[in-house]
Amino acid sequence: MSEAQLKNLEEIFEQRIANDEKIEPKDWMPEKYRKTHIRQISQHAHSEIVGMLPEGNWITRAPSLRRKVALLAKVQDEAGHGLYLYSACETLGISREELYEQLHSGKAKYSSIFNYPTVSWADMGAVGWLVDGAAIINQVPLCNTSYGPYARAMIRVCKEESFHQRQGFEIMMKLCNGAPEQKEMAQDALNRWWWPSLMMLGPTDAESVHTEQSMKWKLKRKTNDELRQQFIDQTVPQADILGLTIPDPDLKWNEETGHYDFGEIDWDEFWQVVKGHGPCNKERMNARVGAWEEGTWVRDAAMSYAEKKKVRKISKAV
Amino acid sequence: MEKNWPLWEIFVRSKNGLEHRHFGSLHAADAEMALENARDVYTRRSEGVSIWVVESKDITASNPENNGELFEPAHDKVYRHPTFYTLPDEIKHM
Repeated sequence: MSEAQLKNLEEIFEQRIANDEKIEPKDWMPEKYRKTHIRQISQHAHSEIVGMLPEGNWITRAPSLRRKVALLAKVQDEAGHGLYLYSACETLGISREELYEQLHSGKAKYSSIFNYPTVSWADMGAVGWLVDGAAIINQVPLCNTSYGPYARAMIRVCKEESFHQRQGFEIMMKLCNGAPEQKEMAQDALNRWWWPSLMMLGPTDAESVHTEQSMKWKLKRKTNDELRQQFIDQTVPQADILGLTIPDPDLKWNEETGHYDFGEIDWDEFWQVVKGHGPCNKERMNARVGAWEEGTWVRDAAMSYAEKKKVRKISKAV
Repeated sequence: MEKNWPLWEIFVRSKNGLEHRHFGSLHAADAEMALENARDVYTRRSEGVSIWVVESKDITASNPENNGELFEPAHDKVYRHPTFYTLPDEIKHM
């Protein structure tokens, strides 16, 4: 293909996206579009898969059967979300094995929030309320993104996500209306999850290298700073209802802007965690890689069994 | 050994009276496992009453590059549509 032809194809492509047309797997797309989507969708899938680990930690110790079935269902949803997203990603021409390899070797990233420990039951409340709350803010605009398989997967994810946040808030509410020690647990969980949740919405716009291109491809409809502000504005009144204090002395309603002003985020901490030095990075990867390796014989056995059955069926037919 | 599970396309009928619709895909060792996995991955909230699974490699798809010759001929065949035919306003039930 000549350079002029390529440029022409690119222009038609950009025009289609500008017209809100969807791009489907077999359509021509610029290599950069494909790569960017593989990166973002796989990162998203990996986050769902690794995201099961901090919560899996509490399934056997949930305080009641009601809490246990809810948590189990939530973790199962996350596995499902990971699978929707992996298969959407595979339509771009990368195999599941390559995707896993990228996660296991550390080449691909996942959301840094899952590298924090879940030390008390209240963390299950805070994770549902804040982490899933921030995730929803990030994800809702993606239901409208330009790549068809990703948009369809996101619609399914978003439908299921709302229960996750509500069950988290209910846990927080129960603790806040309980004994003083229980309320303290809730406050402690908020103290530890607040700042990492704000970081979850990504680096500030000035630092975010992909924002401009991603906005054009509708991989992003709002900037990180806009999403973060939206998250803060909607979460502060919820904390008030719980009677909890957000751990930010600079947090203050700004009558003029109609938004909350908030304090400085510790971006050094964010980058440390992203680079692998968070409190649980190693633990998470060991658990994930261990599960994959220890499951090898099961996958192999299933494959041998399937092949044996196929051979039997053929020989019967003859 | 390390032989990877093939990819399957999943079609779900959400209720009787509706057609099966493509829901997504997943990996499974065989058709039976694909059905079981599809139940867990795509119908956790009563989204379906029937599931079809088809191995992805068995699907033949048209190529969007040929969309012109495949689909454009229909564009100028307006006479296939009822509105192409002019009838007097007094005519009822037509």
